[in-house]
Parts: sequence; C-alpha cells; structure tokens
Amino acid sequence: MSINKEKDFGTPASTNEKMVTLEIDGFQVTAPAGTSVMRAAASIGIEIPKLCATDSIEPFGSCRLCVVQIEGGRGMPASCTTPVADGLKITTQNKKLADVRRGIMELYISDHPLDCLTCSANGDCELQDMAGAVGLREVRYNPIETHLNAAKDESNPYFSFDPSKCIVCSRCVRACEETQGTFALTIDGRGFDSKVSPSQNQDFMDSECVSCGACVQACPTATLMEKSVIDNGLPEHAIVTTCAYCGVGCSFRAEMKGEQVIRMVPNKDGKANHGHSCVKGRFAFGYATHKDRITKPMIRASIKDAWQEVSWEEAISHAASELKRIQTKYGKDSIGGITSSRCTNEEVYIMQKLIRAGFGNNNVDTCARVCHSPTGYGLKQTFGESSGTQDFDSVMKADVILIIGANPTDGHPVFGSQMKKRLRQGAKLIVVDPREIDLIKAPHVKASHHLKLRPSTNVALINALGHVIVTENLLDEAFVNERCDVASFAKWKTFIAQEHNSPEASESITGVPAAELRAAARLYATAGNGAIYYGLGVTEHSQGSTMVIGIANLAMATGNLGHDGAGVNPLRGQNNVQGSCDMGSFPHEFPGYRHVSDPETHQLFEKAWNAELNAEPGLRIPNMFDAALDKSFMGLYCEGEDIAQSDPDIKHVHAALRAMECVIVQDIFLNETAKFAHVFFPGSSFLEKNGTFTNAERRISPVRKVMSPLAGYQDWEVTQMLSNAMGYPMNYSHPSEIMDEIAQLTPSFAGVSYEKIDRLGSVQWPCNDEAPEGTPIMHTEHFLRDNGKGLFMLTEFVPTAERVTGKYPLILTTGRILSQYNVGAQTRRTENVAWHSEDRLEIHPHDAEDRGVNTGDWVGIKSRAGETVLRALVSDRVQPGVVYTTFHFPESGANVITTDNSDWATNCPEYKVTAVQITKVSQTSEWQQEYSAFSEKQLDLLEQGISHD
Amino acid sequence: MKIEPLIKMANDIGNFFNSETDKEIAAEGIRKHILRSWDPRMRREIIAYCQQDGAALSDLVRTAVSRLEQA
Repeated sequence: MSINKEKDFGTPASTNEKMVTLEIDGFQVTAPAGTSVMRAAASIGIEIPKLCATDSIEPFGSCRLCVVQIEGGRGMPASCTTPVADGLKITTQNKKLADVRRGIMELYISDHPLDCLTCSANGDCELQDMAGAVGLREVRYNPIETHLNAAKDESNPYFSFDPSKCIVCSRCVRACEETQGTFALTIDGRGFDSKVSPSQNQDFMDSECVSCGACVQACPTATLMEKSVIDNGLPEHAIVTTCAYCGVGCSFRAEMKGEQVIRMVPNKDGKANHGHSCVKGRFAFGYATHKDRITKPMIRASIKDAWQEVSWEEAISHAASELKRIQTKYGKDSIGGITSSRCTNEEVYIMQKLIRAGFGNNNVDTCARVCHSPTGYGLKQTFGESSGTQDFDSVMKADVILIIGANPTDGHPVFGSQMKKRLRQGAKLIVVDPREIDLIKAPHVKASHHLKLRPSTNVALINALGHVIVTENLLDEAFVNERCDVASFAKWKTFIAQEHNSPEASESITGVPAAELRAAARLYATAGNGAIYYGLGVTEHSQGSTMVIGIANLAMATGNLGHDGAGVNPLRGQNNVQGSCDMGSFPHEFPGYRHVSDPETHQLFEKAWNAELNAEPGLRIPNMFDAALDKSFMGLYCEGEDIAQSDPDIKHVHAALRAMECVIVQDIFLNETAKFAHVFFPGSSFLEKNGTFTNAERRISPVRKVMSPLAGYQDWEVTQMLSNAMGYPMNYSHPSEIMDEIAQLTPSFAGVSYEKIDRLGSVQWPCNDEAPEGTPIMHTEHFLRDNGKGLFMLTEFVPTAERVTGKYPLILTTGRILSQYNVGAQTRRTENVAWHSEDRLEIHPHDAEDRGVNTGDWVGIKSRAGETVLRALVSDRVQPGVVYTTFHFPESGANVITTDNSDWATNCPEYKVTAVQITKVSQTSEWQQEYSAFSEKQLDLLEQGISHD
Repeated sequence: MKIEPLIKMANDIGNFFNSETDKEIAAEGIRKHILRSWDPRMRREIIAYCQQDGAALSDLVRTAVSRLEQA
C-alpha cells in the first residue's frame, strides 16, 4: 500500500505478442493474450473489486471478490484468473455479482477488528476500500470464535505483524515467494485455523525472513505495517528518488509528512527494481537524521586540537587558504582530492573539475580504485568501454548464469531476487566462489556446479574454462570472425590451448576437480544464452584486471555478447560506482574515459573550462599515501569517502593522513577519516539534494531533494564555494546545469538531460543521437574500440606474492552481508544492527578444531601487515584453509591485516587474499586498543567543540 | 617516494605483458602503461632507479623503463 496510489492492474502484464479483443461492460478492449480479465478491465478504467490480487504477483483466485459473468459461460469465474479471449462478453457489475461480493465482505468483516478510526492503515486500507466499494452496510453474523485476540509479532524492528487484522489472502506469502524468492512465509493450518506463519511458526526475526518489505508492500490491510507509519501516521506526499545503497540503484517513492520521511516505498515503475526492495533501501534510512549528524562546519589547526565550529564562509575561506599555502610551499601537485561512489554524478563532475582546473593538477581519484577499477581497465581494453554490457532485465533471457566472485543475494539483493526468479524458471547456474554463497542452494534453486576454487587462483580457472572451450571446439567462430580482432583471437587461441592451461594441469592450483570444471565450461558454452555476473571476488586481486580480461575473452569466444540474456555484467558495490568513474574521477581520464593526454580531448576541456589543464596523469589513492609520507602530497579534499577505514594496510593510511598538513573531509558524520582531518564540511544525505546516480547497468536515475539539507547546503554547492574561494569560478544554480555541461562535453552522455530523465524515469548511457532514449544492451552491432572489433588478450596466470606459509597457513578473504553496507557508516546507525552487530571470522570446523576454537571465542588474526581480533563463527561455508570476514565495523580492523598488494594495472588492493594465522586470544589486539583510545580522544575533541543547540 | 613499491608495481606490470611472445610488443606495452597511468614523480623515481642500477627490475621492465622519456 502507498499514498497517491500507483495504479494496480491486479495481475502482471502479459508479454504475449498476440492481441485479442473482447467486450467488458459494453466497451471493446484489446489486450495481449494471457492478460487477465481483471487487468484488461483496469486498462480501460473499470476497477473490479479485489483483495487477493495485486499486479506484482501471479493471480491466486482465493478471495472471490473479483467474480464476473461471461455471456454464455457458467457460474461466476474470478476475473484475476480468467484470461481474455477473442469475442468474450464480460459483465463486471450486476445485482447478482454485487450480492456475492457483499456477502464475501460481510464474512471478512465479521472476523476483523472494527477499529478503522484508530487503525494505522485508516485511509490506506484495501479492505476498507472494498467494504465501501461493495456497499457493505451491516454485518449480520455474530461469530462464536474469531481471530481478534491473536497476538502481535513485534519482533522485526521495522514492521509489525498483527494477525488479528489478517484476511489470509496469501499476498504476503506469494510476494515472499515470487518477488523475493525467500519462501520464508507460509499459510499454516487449514480452514478457520489458517494463518500466516514465518518459517516454522517462528516470529519474524527468528525466521528466514530477510526483511525486504515485499510482504509489507503486498499486504492489503494493516496486518503487516511499517512501524514508522504506526508511530507517525500516514504520509501525505511522495517524491520519486533513487536509493543510495548498492549498485542496483532501486527507484523509491520517498513518502513524506512535511520534511519527515515516513517510509521508503519501492517504485513499481523503477526499471532497475520493478517495485522490489531490500532491507537497506526499504527501511534503513534513519541514519539521515541520526543524532551523530554534524551540521556545522568545523576547523582545527591540528588533530590534537578540539574542533571549533565556524561559519560556512570561514570554513571555506580557511580551507582554500590552507590548500593555497600548501601549493605555495610544496608545489602545485602537492594537493588533490578523492571523490566517492556515494556522491551524485554532478558532485563528482564538479569535484574533478575543481581539481583539474582549480588545483591545476590531475590528483583526483575515487573509491572505485579499491573496488572496480580493474573492470574499467579490462573492459575498456577488450570491448572499448568501461562498463557492463547488459540491463538487469537481460537476466530473464539467460539460459545459463555464471557467477564469479559475487554474492548477489547479500550484495545486490534486489537483482539477486530477479536472478532467483530466472533460476526458478529453469536457467542453469554455475558459481565460482571459495565460499558457499546462498544462491548455491536456495528454495527451488540449485547450482549445477560450484567451482570452489582457492582464493587468488581466478585466472588459472578462467584460463582452464577457456581451454576447454577452445580444445573441445565449443567456440562461436562466426561471432569471432565477424565481431572480433581475428589476429588477437588466433594468438589467444594458441595460448589458451597450451597444456598448462588445461583443467587437469590447473587442478593443483585452483583445487577445482578437472572433470567438474570441464562440465561447467561445456554448460556455459552450449546451454544457449550465457550470462556472466561478477563482483569484487574478481577485481580485488593482484590479477584483477587480468581476470576481467579473461572473462571478456570467454564471452567473446562463445558469442555471448551483443544480445539479450548474455553479456559481461560487473555487479557494482556502491550506488554510483559506475557514475563516479564515468564522470572523470580517475587521475588519468577526463569524463567519458578519455585520457588526459589525448590532444583533442585536452583542448576540448581547456576551452570549455577556460583553464590550462595538465596533460599528465595524477596520483592514485595509494600513490597519494606514499607521496604524503614523502612530503610531496600534503593536502587532501575528501568527499563522501572513508579511506581511514576502507583502504588496505590501514596503519600505512593513517600514517599518511597524519603526515598531511591539511585534510578536508566532507561527510554527514565524523567518519574515521575525519578523525585525522583539519577541516570538516558537513555533507548532505541523498535525501537532501538533487542530482543523479548511475547504477551497474549504466542507468542514470534521478536523486531528488525531499528535505532541506541539515547543514544548509547541498554537497555540490559546497564544492562550488570552495572552487570560487580557490579562485576558479563556478556559477551553477542547479545540478541540471552541471548535467547539461556533462552532456555537452561527453559523447556517451550527449543526449542526457534532466528533462529526459524526468520524462523516461531513467536512461541508460550511451544516450546520444544514435540512441536518443539510451542503450539497454551494448555492442549489439560492433564494439566501441577504434576499429569496432573486440580484442582478445593473453591472460597468463601469475601467482600472488601473498603466499601461505607455516607461519601464515590460512587465507583470509572478505565480503559483505545483506543488512550492512560497506564501511557501515550508514547502516550501523540504523536498526539493521539487529541482524549484524559485529564482524565475525568464519572458520572451517577442521581449522577451528586444530586451534581449539569454538563459535563465540575471541581469535587473533595475524598477517604480515598487522593483527586484529574478532569473534569466531565456526562454519563449513568456508573451505578448510580459508577464513572469511566482513568489514562493516571500524573497530574490527579488518584492514589492519590486509596487505599493500594490488592489481598490476590499476592498484586495486588485493583484499581477497591475505595469508594469516588464527589463534585463540583473550583480549583485543594492540592496534585495536590504540585505535580505540585514539577514536575516543577524537570524539572527545568533537564534543568539546560542538554546540548542542 | 619509496622505490620498493614502485619496483614491485613495475614488475607486476611486466608480469602481465611477459606472456606476449614478441618482446618488442611486450616492452612497448609496459612503457605505454607506465606512461599513461603513473604520475610524473613516480616515473622520475623509476627512471632514476633504472639508470642507477635497476637490478630489481625484470629484464623486460628494465628495457621498457629505459625507453620512458623523463617527464
């Protein structure tokens, strides 16, 4: 349910191309075959009463409120389950139908509380609406037994379950099955005893429920209701915006009461999410108004000093003065900035513009450095563009899905649900992962192959897959000959066919049985449409870029590109990874991935920006740290990124931050990096600003201001003020003007405008004269390289320098969990901590037994870089020899132990491979104790400086 | 800047291009990669190291770095 109700057609749309014509209440209507009578009627404005039907799930035909009569037909069929047919004549309203409906409603209401005036759904209740629609005026029954005293389940922090209001329509059960794919709910019992039951009659929190909200969304009464609505009443207006969590980029309706967000409701028209959501986007928005928000600018001379609140003018002036001082003292190249995937496109664009044109150097980088920079490099080299090839909906045409180093149900849950839907329809699944992810065995989903490789051996594995495809002649030579660079293919074919790339030869490296790998390769190459989805388990390795290239080789060799159901699909971690890269965040590339030394592009930007630009690449993030310790990089402007928690070898990062003379942090909280800062600009959350995000499928979606910025300014305005203070003028009055400039200067964005985004809801780049409404699938006719041909590249396996030894016998790998997001700055400040309140170390039972470790024990994790302590979780989800943890809590110090190894092409850190030893301990590590003291001191310095008005 | 991380980075780049059978193409690939992605101060350091000694660089990388122009 939601305010300003979106039209509900009752049943899903049919995709059948055949059209049929029928008559409903005397009106002729034409609809695709397979459409329900209910939907066909709704399409011409005839609303047939309904309760158990809604257009996000398949019809069920249980409430019988939607009955109709068909001329010449028998009885009164349910219109939700009756398909249209040529020549049908339907009557939706007459006395007989009205009597039946009134009788049904009378029965429902006889076992329903008559507390409408005090009910949380008053005014937004379909049962109430239907009572009105059928003209119910009395209830004649006096039931002996009812469900009115059924106990509420308040266990979930975000919604309540009140079975006394339940009409057992099964919409929640079906939404959990069809939309989410978790199957956590069922109807338990029969007849009068029928009731909605999470798992085995458990409460919601103890059940398998993942709190995606699909059941709440589907419920037609107040049975499943957001607690925020119960507490605050119904919202009164709604604004469509885009989620600021993962790279799926779900569209939401921010439902408001004044400037207060009451609830976030997934937008049915959202093309990335089609009305679905996850626990983060749907419910975890409370951080935006958390008490930890800092809303006044602050400065201090040293990180040993207390913060001092100042006016915006003073903060901006001080920051600019410091940056200029540093440039005078240490040179023009001694300052730079870091953008974030949490920023909008427009914010990122003007940030890199400030650095390139205002600072006069190219020392700009972004957090994609530590996640998907190898994707940008690998796909640019092979396909000619640094992006995934498909839209999300493409998965619904896939015949075989190959997931490598990704965990979609946790990291990209809404797309994970769509993928599960396709898998339940029969698509085959191959998973390449050292760990058992949920998709390997989910309800009605079972992977055909789980290639449980050893961490760091991705490239050996992808080469072995390629070897099978080449030597067993499973290639799509026609595609290769027509679409690819044949000379590079011939070279690759010779290389990959070499014996050392065979599954048998690589088995000792990867640990994957050769026969299983051969079977998986055959399945991918021969099952029809083969789609590859991958995540940070591919990129965050010393050979991350090589692996991306290997994936591209495989897709080209099998012709799995340029059409629906196939492709190479990087699942981006944060909401705007794609966009922040598109907008020129890398130190060697202008917006649109054009090298800073390219004369034509250089001239274009110099002219447009009216500035002399540097044609040399600037420093990447890890290079900035090294340069800081070398005293050649002394000032940093960091927006929306928390490098002091998220980057590897954190002791090195902290030392570099301490070495800098001016660190400016722009964020909504005093994050870990801000504890090393000298200037703090209070940022605005995604609810407080206008802009756009670009998701993993290149979809540019609107971000809209639904409340005033708590600190007075949107983030882009702050950057603009700093630029003006630095002496480089910027005079944008709205982010739409920034997007206009981006479109003017970036060929793949040439057709993008706010007007178009508003009109279409979203648009996928490339969007230009060739594709004025965007490009769902790329490379359909030719690749975007200069010669239009896909390039095969050689991918020799090179073992990582990070080796297991007797001293460090286990490999630590890292990942994320559904309820928490990245460094946790947002989700740790929400009720999501109810699911995950600390990072734990997963360890296989054999390794745990060897060390006398039990679940819940404190264990020390020691690597060549450092040591930290976590509590253990003994689990056979990890294989022997491998341990695993998440990195959502700063006190965990996960990055104390990660090393400075990185991808050869991009310096993306090798987070996924750290040799460690595990021992049972009784206290936190020395680093944790020191950092805890430092952190407390910093919070004290904050407390001393802030006013509490 | 410390030279050790730069040597490692350069050798890692070399390892990727090492599978190219034509070593001229491989050396040019390394040179271009460093030229297009390394800040000038990093290039200056590795060039200086190569000119002084360069012993920790692989042969292929040494060839490539020696062809880098001083920024």
